Amino acid sequence: MTSPRTLYDKIWDSHVVEEQQSGNSLIYIDRHIIHEVTSPQAFEGLRMAGRSLRRKDTIIAVPDHNVPTTPDRATRIDSIESKNQLDALERNVKEFDVEYIPMLDVRQGIVHIVGPEQGFTLPGTTVVCGDSHTSTHGAFGALAFGIGTSEVEHAMATQTLILKRAKNLRIDVSGKLGIGVTPKDVALAIIGKIGTAGGTGHVIEFTGSTFENMSMEGRMTVCNMAIEGGARAGLVAPDEKTYEYVKGKPKAPKGGQFEMAVNYWNSLKTDPGAKYDKEVFIDAADIVPQVTWGTSPEDVLPITGNVPSPADAENADHKAAIERALNYMGLEAGTKLTDIKVDKVFIGSCTNSRIEDMRAVAEVAKGRKVSVKEALIVPGSGLVKRQAEEEGLDKIFIEAGFDWREPGCSMCLAMNADKLEPGERCASTSNRNFEGRQGPKSRTHLVSPAMAAAAAITGHLTDIREL
Amino acid sequence: MDKFTKIRAVAAPLPIINVDTDMIIPQNFLRTIERTGLGKHAFHNIRYHDDGTEREDFVLNRPAYRNAQILIAGENFGCGSSREHAPWALMDFGIRCVIAPSFADIFHGNCFKNGLLPIMLPQEIIDDLMKDAQNGANAVFTIDLENFEITRPDGEVVKFEIDTFRQHCLVNGLDEIGLTMEKDEKISEFEAKQKAQQPWLYN
Ligand code: SF4
Repeated sequence: MTSPRTLYDKIWDSHVVEEQQSGNSLIYIDRHIIHEVTSPQAFEGLRMAGRSLRRKDTIIAVPDHNVPTTPDRATRIDSIESKNQLDALERNVKEFDVEYIPMLDVRQGIVHIVGPEQGFTLPGTTVVCGDSHTSTHGAFGALAFGIGTSEVEHAMATQTLILKRAKNLRIDVSGKLGIGVTPKDVALAIIGKIGTAGGTGHVIEFTGSTFENMSMEGRMTVCNMAIEGGARAGLVAPDEKTYEYVKGKPKAPKGGQFEMAVNYWNSLKTDPGAKYDKEVFIDAADIVPQVTWGTSPEDVLPITGNVPSPADAENADHKAAIERALNYMGLEAGTKLTDIKVDKVFIGSCTNSRIEDMRAVAEVAKGRKVSVKEALIVPGSGLVKRQAEEEGLDKIFIEAGFDWREPGCSMCLAMNADKLEPGERCASTSNRNFEGRQGPKSRTHLVSPAMAAAAAITGHLTDIREL
Repeated sequence: MDKFTKIRAVAAPLPIINVDTDMIIPQNFLRTIERTGLGKHAFHNIRYHDDGTEREDFVLNRPAYRNAQILIAGENFGCGSSREHAPWALMDFGIRCVIAPSFADIFHGNCFKNGLLPIMLPQEIIDDLMKDAQNGANAVFTIDLENFEITRPDGEVVKFEIDTFRQHCLVNGLDEIGLTMEKDEKISEFEAKQKAQQPWLYN
């Protein structure tokens, strides 16, 4: 009998094509999603070497990072380079005959929203994309991780990657979340606890009743941010909720194959007694709504807190980091977080742009008015947009003064026209508050969708429980 | 891929923790469809003023470090986005080696694909190297990948470890894709087996 294995061990073991002497393994890749920013050089590499795609049926391509999100996007060109990159993707998918979801297709959206929606992301598979938030797909019990462009090329040509087995990190959150506490707060609280490098070299498995009771959308939000905790991948064991979500999706297995698949997926759960290399336990009741104050996702605090002081740092490097962050963010140590005024609000990104997020925002927005300069709501895909509109959420948003946009990455990384002006401060539902992330000299505070909506209404960071 | 055997060059100190790939190459410069030409944009936001002139406080702008080929940095270097534009930008600038206490996983992997050597060493040793690097043009190090050795400016030798497969590829400038394509038969065998067990992955 084999010794008890974790979910990660099982997926890994079932994808080993060859163990190599150096301790690396050749790992088979089942699913590959491509977007316009990290693929052109990979296609070019294939072309130069005269190589082809090993299995084009495992690839879908969709533009997201650069696309305009305004209604005139069919004709709008913000930058010639963006246009070139989008055109290059179209040329490449044609030349290599890859399935493509064009910008004006209702299925278009952010890669990590599209994969699950299309049933392309399946439990037990390996999923890659030239984007670090590929960890999102781990919510389905898929081993999903971001890769660089050379690996994109490697996966396209060989359907494999050369990888070293990661360690197992278990993060268990148990109990009921308090009022106003969302999966985003869980993700931020975890990063606050383990740090942005806490998961380096590990794959995280999220266990415990809090995740069991969480929706697929919520699980995706948490797995999305595994990478901000340093882990290339995060996982939640597949269960009935997972199967329910997958069932009937365009690319999901059908009929007898679906039953067969569920049988297989049920075998993936971590065995009792399996060993993790590291374990972290968090009581859900201890988590309150979170907000970041600095320039790394680990610079996170409960919304009830105050901006920290360099004097609190544990060593010289961290002291320097806090000083640098305060200076960049234009904040004074000791300021109450809820006293921080924001200029703009961004609701969107692969972290929080699914239908549940839209509903959470609508609940806050209903009957209230936006008081900030600009408050964008960018749905994660055309399908999310359509559903939100079917539910009448768009009317609530527009009525409240939000700007309701077309799907894309938008102000999450500010590659298109949606960006902050230098010095502007924004409450964002995205995942990174790095220097310059939302535009040169932009200042980002990461929060949940409800908290972002609340900030849009009040004009300052707000404890959603007190609105 | 560029080979990496041995270099002798100035090391620049960058004593910042969590240097993310947005800092190494901001989003504005990701709209390229080429691998080259990003060196002039490396570290753009901390390297240039708004008007495009150089910031004196940025280490690689100082005369002694303009030709640095080595960076000594703080923990968790390369965190954030998977953009391979980060190692491309560093390489195009002329950086061939980054030495830090730890690296983010994706960046670390991306370096090896591009002939950029990431070396991980304990914080105490980094602290010493950081002091060396602060000596401007005198901060000349030798990095010998064949022998896993760094020679400090004072001649002291520091050993380091690197995955042997990655080292082999770097030293010989090997194309990983070519190597993997030789395993075609094994990959086909895997596919046949997987198709029998999970036919839904082959529809
Ligand atoms: S929404 Fe943001 S984090 Fe997600 S894929 Fe797009 S740019 Fe990356």
